[in-house]
Amino acid sequence: MLSENKVKELKKFSKQIQIETVKMIASLGVGHLGGSLSIADALAVLYGEQMKYDPKNPKWAGRDWFICSKGHAGPAVYSALALKQFFPMSELKTLNRPGTKLPSHCDRLKTPGIDMTTGSLGQGSSTAAGIALAHKMNHMDNRIYLMLGDGEIDEGQVWEMALFTGTQKLTNLIAFVDCNKLQLDGPTCEICDVGNVAQKFEDFGWYAQSVDGHDVVAINEAIEKAKAQHEKPSMIVLNTEKAHGWTMFANKIGSHSTTISADQLEDALREMNAAMKSIEEGK
Amino acid sequence: MSIKIAKEIVMDKEEMRNAFCSVLMELAENNKDIIVLDADLMGAMGTRAFQKKYPEQTVNCGIQEANMIGVAAGLSAVGKIPFAHTFAPFATRRVCDQVFMSAAYARNNVKIVGSDPGITASLNGGTHMPFEDMGIMRGLPELTVLEPTDITMLKWMIKEMAATYGVQYMRLVRKNCMKVYEEGSTFEMGKAVQLCDGTDVTIIASGYCVAEAYKAASLLKEAGVSARVLNMFCWKPIDQEAILKAAEETGAIVTAENHNVINGLGSAVAEVLVKNRPTPVEMIGVQDEFGEVGPVDYLSERFKLNASYIVEAAKKVIARKA
Repeated sequence: MLSENKVKELKKFSKQIQIETVKMIASLGVGHLGGSLSIADALAVLYGEQMKYDPKNPKWAGRDWFICSKGHAGPAVYSALALKQFFPMSELKTLNRPGTKLPSHCDRLKTPGIDMTTGSLGQGSSTAAGIALAHKMNHMDNRIYLMLGDGEIDEGQVWEMALFTGTQKLTNLIAFVDCNKLQLDGPTCEICDVGNVAQKFEDFGWYAQSVDGHDVVAINEAIEKAKAQHEKPSMIVLNTEKAHGWTMFANKIGSHSTTISADQLEDALREMNAAMKSIEEGK
Repeated sequence: MSIKIAKEIVMDKEEMRNAFCSVLMELAENNKDIIVLDADLMGAMGTRAFQKKYPEQTVNCGIQEANMIGVAAGLSAVGKIPFAHTFAPFATRRVCDQVFMSAAYARNNVKIVGSDPGITASLNGGTHMPFEDMGIMRGLPELTVLEPTDITMLKWMIKEMAATYGVQYMRLVRKNCMKVYEEGSTFEMGKAVQLCDGTDVTIIASGYCVAEAYKAASLLKEAGVSARVLNMFCWKPIDQEAILKAAEETGAIVTAENHNVINGLGSAVAEVLVKNRPTPVEMIGVQDEFGEVGPVDYLSERFKLNASYIVEAAKKVIARKA
């Protein structure tokens, strides 16, 4: 059970991630906004409560791993990592600039705290499975967290991994699908209707849950339940909204990758700072 | 490098897959990080003995090659040394993007083994007959691309791959190969092996075509032509020095490969020559065709890969000397 203060801290952390994400994308003028904002709450729970890590030693063998298979959500992950002091906040403004440590898609060689290179969709699922398997082989109890997108699970490789991981009973793997219901070209249900995601993973031998992906308490509880069972890999379906936290773009098809003007940034910060104030005031 | 050529080059009684399995078992004996992965072809590849002795170091992924490459990459990120096997077409063209991103671009330590190269796919036919596998892998930055000639070289190569961090692709005949090297021969990564010296022409061969090239050299000798034979087992990084020396000293090159000449060994050798020392080249290999069903000797004739065609190419290329 999270204390009231902890809940407030996680909500604030999530809002900070969103603010920094919008700022870094706006500083370049373009980027993957929608799918970055939709995972902010899950990232807040992972980096604010659940995961073991050491920002001074990102490759610490005792750490929990996070693989962002939807690699284009890099900006949100970078924000979380910078806020947790893996690297200076000033680096965030270098997103996608020549020579940056923060490329559009996650790169384990460039960014302190990024555990696996991703970007070609579906592939983070298998590398996460391999990482989980290696820890099992080594009798290490690290947790491996995997973030998939609901558009991403169009990829057959994800289902290869699901079958494999279920068979191998990789109980140290806790995966999420960020179900924000939109992919680049439109609603996921119209482009490639995956139906009931939790049910499908359950059918593949997983322990599956479905939660409000913007409720830090619910996400945390789901992770606790996942950790408490020792029979199957875990799937936590996050029911989210694309570009959550910014009304101008929320649930809009074009929010996947978009330009952000100075005026729009101002609008985002007005809305997000107001939300932050409400959190601080306990509303 | 210390080479001893077999007195008589004949078909080895031992199968390559047996040697493959026994070397991996030898490595696993002292190294718990050696992991064998397969995509439901352990029976075909003869790695069941490994699985039986080292079940904790064996991962049969089922028929899912893309996942297997990703799992191998993930295992390596935690320090394991994965050898992932499937048939060559599926180890390359089917998983090109996984090899590119999860393994190579992410700088993981993955050893990829593709079996039944080229015409040795034999009765599995065109669908399983890769004439493009080495070309696909050669196009990926930083990969090492390898084709062992016989069991002696294979045993050395596996150990070298295990000891060297990075992504290596090895195409591997499952069954019998001509024995070219005596046991105890040692090789050097990236260095061509000279089988015999010559002054009129150099035949640069790999895999199945090495024994054919050696045979061609003796046929040429009878016809009064002095041919050097180089075994270019490492297609990437390629031995530029040996190629340029051959160009300088013999002035004509024949390449011989069990692969499409496009993107293959012929291309790789030509790239070195045109940049440094333009030299006439004739390319023995598959001339941009698909494979088909048949026994190896039929296919060798069908795709013009055997010694008689190498001899013809040698004569032709010598005639082209300026």
